[in-house]
Amino acid sequence: MKKEITFTLNNEKVVVEVDPKWTLLYFLRNIMEMTGTKEGCGYGECGACTVIVDGQAINSCIYPVLEAEGRKIVTIEGLMAKNGELDPLQKAFVDEGAVQCGFCIPGMIMSSKALLDEKEKPTEDEIKESIEGNLCRCTGYVKIIDAIKSVAGGR
Amino acid sequence: MGDLKIVGQRIPKKDAPLKATGDAIYIQDMKVPGMLYGKILYSKYPHARIVKIDTGRAEALPGVKVVLTGADVPNNFKFGFLKDNPPLKSGKVLSTRDEIAAVAAISEEIAEEALDLIEVEYEELTGIFDPLEAMKEGSALIHDEFKSNVLKMPWKFVHGDVEAAKKESAFIAEDTFSTQWVTHCCLGTSGCIASFDASNNLTVYSNTQIPSLAQNDFLEALKAFGLKKKRVRVIQAVIGGGFGSKLDTYAYEYIAILLAMKARKPVKIVFSREEEFFATSPRQCTITKISQGCDKDGRLTFREMEMVLDNGAYTSWGATTPSVMMVPISSLYKVPNIKYTAKCVYTNNTYCQAFRGYGNPQATFAIESCLDQLAEKAGIDPLEIRRINVNESGEVTPQNFRITSCGMKDCIEEVVKRLGWKDKIGKHNGRGVGMASLIHVGGAARVYKSDGCGTIIKVDDNGKVDVITGSSEIGQGSETIISQIVAEVLGVSMDDINVINNDTDVCPWDVGAHASRTTFVAGNSALGAAKKIKDQIMEIAAKNLGEPVEALEMMDGVIFSRNDKEKNIPLGKVLRKVHYTLGGRMLVAEHFYDPPNENFDQTFRGNLSVAYAYGAHGVEVEVDKETGQVKILNYIAAHDVGKAINPLLLEGQIYGGGLQGIGYALGERMIYDKGYLKNGNFLDYKMPTARDIPPVQAVIVESDEHAGPFGAKGIGEPGLVPTAPAIANAIYDAVGVRIKDLPITPEKILKALKEKANEKG
Repeated sequence: MKKEITFTLNNEKVVVEVDPKWTLLYFLRNIMEMTGTKEGCGYGECGACTVIVDGQAINSCIYPVLEAEGRKIVTIEGLMAKNGELDPLQKAFVDEGAVQCGFCIPGMIMSSKALLDEKEKPTEDEIKESIEGNLCRCTGYVKIIDAIKSVAGGR
Repeated sequence: MGDLKIVGQRIPKKDAPLKATGDAIYIQDMKVPGMLYGKILYSKYPHARIVKIDTGRAEALPGVKVVLTGADVPNNFKFGFLKDNPPLKSGKVLSTRDEIAAVAAISEEIAEEALDLIEVEYEELTGIFDPLEAMKEGSALIHDEFKSNVLKMPWKFVHGDVEAAKKESAFIAEDTFSTQWVTHCCLGTSGCIASFDASNNLTVYSNTQIPSLAQNDFLEALKAFGLKKKRVRVIQAVIGGGFGSKLDTYAYEYIAILLAMKARKPVKIVFSREEEFFATSPRQCTITKISQGCDKDGRLTFREMEMVLDNGAYTSWGATTPSVMMVPISSLYKVPNIKYTAKCVYTNNTYCQAFRGYGNPQATFAIESCLDQLAEKAGIDPLEIRRINVNESGEVTPQNFRITSCGMKDCIEEVVKRLGWKDKIGKHNGRGVGMASLIHVGGAARVYKSDGCGTIIKVDDNGKVDVITGSSEIGQGSETIISQIVAEVLGVSMDDINVINNDTDVCPWDVGAHASRTTFVAGNSALGAAKKIKDQIMEIAAKNLGEPVEALEMMDGVIFSRNDKEKNIPLGKVLRKVHYTLGGRMLVAEHFYDPPNENFDQTFRGNLSVAYAYGAHGVEVEVDKETGQVKILNYIAAHDVGKAINPLLLEGQIYGGGLQGIGYALGERMIYDKGYLKNGNFLDYKMPTARDIPPVQAVIVESDEHAGPFGAKGIGEPGLVPTAPAIANAIYDAVGVRIKDLPITPEKILKALKEKANEKG
């Protein structure tokens, strides 16, 4: 039995009928065809599916889509400016060499974005904590942390 | 080469914006019109006879289009290095990852549901899970058709006279070391889409690291399936991590092909995380007996090693890892007498495959741990024994490797300096330092008949350059490195270069993204093609400008005369002039580079690689004697890379490899209990997180390899080769216990500390 919900997705109002069984990730990838948010494990352990809900980074693969009702959701597709300019965090990931295979990167960026939105100058420990739930197998995290630091008020 | 403008620069990866915006399309994100979803049913038991499979209920489920079992595989088709692996098993199952049935349905959910409806009756058989057990005379056979569980691949290398050297050695250290299964943990799981056109030509969308070899494998399969003289096209999606996991073709790909054939519709199979853990092929676990000796001055006299590898139930390319294990065994440090044997043994465990380093980490763990044991016996500082025996340029090693460039000594000295070795070694106060070196192939590796890569370059009317390469971008940055090389040669900007590297219909042949070979081989191939197209451009420009070719140069896409800079012409104009003329032409150049390296001969001698990569890792640790916890205080990874074409990307390889190595050393382990994987998820399999990274320095040492593109050698794999022994050696220096089986867990350290206390007591 589908149910209508209303929420904000990347600054646009969405009114949509959803199946209560869907996760937010399923909805984003399969219904909205927004494939920027990735599924790495499907049980909330790798962080590839991270999106921001009301300012909090969450694992969308275990987040029921019904929970989106009335909330403000930002995905990786919502970061780029209308004129095509990358978000400073995205640009930092590019410039600092933080991207290799890239599969974890959308989730990684959303986790650190949530941190930087909340805290302008986080400590290194806070940065590590913010992406602790985002697994990356390529980079050893070093340049990812460098990238986040470079946006967080330089080094 | 003159002043370099683009090579050597820290240039961000070309595909990074695509990936940082979520625009990159991975196999997970791909859809083909009319596509069905495939799912695989795996065996419930590690060793059993299939008495009966009933697919009736699954077939009756609405939305299910095809159900296949082993009986549906045409002509008894098998794949794999020894062709011992049917894509769907019938009769006997040999491991818990054995595929026994598959479903294609209109949705993933229906396909899953259908799997549950397949009824299988098994007769359970006793399994063999210990390779030493499986090797014993009279052991039950894993494959009835073979006479022994030991694979018919006798790995043996002998050089000099080890027995005589043993007698003459002043000191000998010997021990046994073992390593565990670890898995790649690619964040993007394995997957493919198989699609036939109306004429039965096949397209496979894939995340393979070996497009050309996969194309060949699939062609063979089509023949076996009764589709002769058909074409196969492999199109690569953006690849969500490789590390060797995609260096072979796998059952799921053949299953997708069979399902698509039967359904007459495209079929997509993408692994769940659970499948990615148990149904992909990990690094081989090994048992290694090693003995090394030196004279009274610390000069190595011999090295003897015997290895047993658990092959698992089937054979992939991974069974050839002993060939790469031989690289450090024969050639790490100067060792005059060598004896090495390795046996790969069938068991009812998961079968193994390539993983970054391809056997080298297992061999180096034993060699470098044992070298510290030998140094202790000889009363020499572990650093000194390495200095005494260090490899050098100009050497010809026992396997006939011709060492043309070797920065090993510089790497060791970087480690010593940055770690503060001399003030820290030998304190045994809970803090300790350790080091280990590495040799790896750095100029390709001729394991296949060809080790080549082709490049086609075309330049269009607007001066834009298309580089069509056989090499695969798996996240390592090959696209960027190739662009830099071409941009440097031509004198155009990075933005003017477009790399096409994902379609066998378009791209020339390449053996694959393995053996740390892409920068070297694809780089040399691109270099050759760039020079050829530049010659064509300059010849035409010379006519247009009325200047000799020798006087011309191109910069930022404009060709000018060094004699008179007023005489210049933009690249695009040159091309338009030659195109829009009677009998006009387009400019295209191709170059196939097959390095002058050698396949091994029958005695396993031959210059496997044109160049060799070296490195040394040093680590300082603190060991908590109460908890057994190891804390890495400082980690130095120094690598001889020939020339860093892009230090930004290169550091990424070192950091990434290093952390994989730390995971291998200190925590990662696939726990198999009688053939069943017990920790196949990210909760229980501890791959390192951002919290686990120590302070780490990537040190680039340049040795200018003349055969490399702009002097470069490979760096893809070396980053994790010496990590585990460096850490093991540091732990020994800190608390006096040596852990000889990976991973080095707090439990093992505590147990060893207790045993040591008891010995003393």
